[in-house]
Amino acid sequence: MKGKKEKKIKITPIEHGTVIDHIKAGQGMKVLRILDLVDTDIDSIVSMAMNVKSSKGKKDIVKVEDKELKNEEFDKISLISPNATVNIIRGYEVIEKHRVEIPDLARGIVRCKNRNCITNQREPVESEFEVIDEEPVRLKCTFCERELVGEEISEHVI
Amino acid sequence: MSYSFNKKHVVAIDDFTVDEIKAIMEKAEELVPAAQGDVINTDLEGKLLATLFFEPSTRTRLSFEAAMKRMGGSCIGFARADTSSAKKGETLADTIRVAAGYADMIVLRHPQEGAAKLASKFSDVPVINAGDGAGHHPTQTLLDLFTIRKEKDEISNNHIGIAGDLKYGRTVHSLTKALSMFETEMTFISPPSLKMPKEITNILKKQGIEFKEVEDIKDALDELDVLYMTRIQRERFPSDKDYEEVAKSYHIDKDMLESAKDDLKVMHPLPRVDEIKVDVDGTDKARYFEQAANGVPIRMALLKLLQEG
Repeated sequence: MKGKKEKKIKITPIEHGTVIDHIKAGQGMKVLRILDLVDTDIDSIVSMAMNVKSSKGKKDIVKVEDKELKNEEFDKISLISPNATVNIIRGYEVIEKHRVEIPDLARGIVRCKNRNCITNQREPVESEFEVIDEEPVRLKCTFCERELVGEEISEHVI
Repeated sequence: MSYSFNKKHVVAIDDFTVDEIKAIMEKAEELVPAAQGDVINTDLEGKLLATLFFEPSTRTRLSFEAAMKRMGGSCIGFARADTSSAKKGETLADTIRVAAGYADMIVLRHPQEGAAKLASKFSDVPVINAGDGAGHHPTQTLLDLFTIRKEKDEISNNHIGIAGDLKYGRTVHSLTKALSMFETEMTFISPPSLKMPKEITNILKKQGIEFKEVEDIKDALDELDVLYMTRIQRERFPSDKDYEEVAKSYHIDKDMLESAKDDLKVMHPLPRVDEIKVDVDGTDKARYFEQAANGVPIRMALLKLLQEG
């Protein structure tokens, strides 16, 4: 009971919006960056909890008030946190729950680790990676063909 | 062959199917007399090729220009980055869009990996990759395949040894991938520190292609139909002494070739340093200068097929 109470205080419910749960511990800030939620111009209140204890160990949680994220937005975070779930909240109720899905192509999310890749120069192109494996996630730059695997992906989030 | 060539750009050798590679080689065979100046060819009369060389390359640039001119076409371009607007800070994307407005096709050599892929996204005329950093150089591979075919009548059913720096050499990576499309036997000959990377040998394993890896040319020489030599670069080794000790095992001379099959052909993408001694040049095994010359008909074929569709 004590645990539940504590959880309630730390993770307050939201009335409307999106809760991204089961983010791999330590990846919360990167999730915010991938979803462009660090921009002060946005109207939503964004909050994040890090190192939240759960039955499967530690996790991060991100809440975005008054904004319902769309699949193409939240699927991007699967690259660094493939087990994350997305809950759409209306009137304090979870009305939709999704597991993030790994896309076939990742554009403008991570930067190529090859410094000599043309996408790391001052050129008007977004980085682009083909997802060639899902477990662990393995990306291949469509320009220079260099691969990024697992932890390397979160280290190269733009 | 009733084959329609509908490639827009040529970025990497693995963009081609076997049928496309065969179509290019067949066209190149037809164009050999024109490449040698024995017949006049005007197939590309009035057409303009832009050769954008951000890095110097004698053979590749000259053979593309020769190919274009042997078919009645013309060339514009630059041979060094410091004579281009890149020096003023222009992006490659802009240079490509401008060149595409002037010319009918673009050949690009650039020091950064992925440059040709980027160029292909910004150009509405065909872009041919003539080398992008440590990336691809597909026309080198086409001319290598064409040389094997010319010398051996076919690419399949040959035992091909590839020797030297197999780790860093983009030429040998592309060649190996291309050979994997044909039924060949392959032996990779290199010091342990310069072995063929796993990402390449894994492709062969997935396709069920058998290959051997040895450290000494002598261990494979008597079985080979083709020996493809490459240069081992000094900068891959911590000291000159280390380099010299290793590099000398990857040198061939006329005496060594006595133990090879009579019809062995020796190839090299050039420039060579001392990995093939000059006494090999006069033997009928030496084919590296013919190989370089084959760069003209193969590039003629590619330009013609790209232009005509």
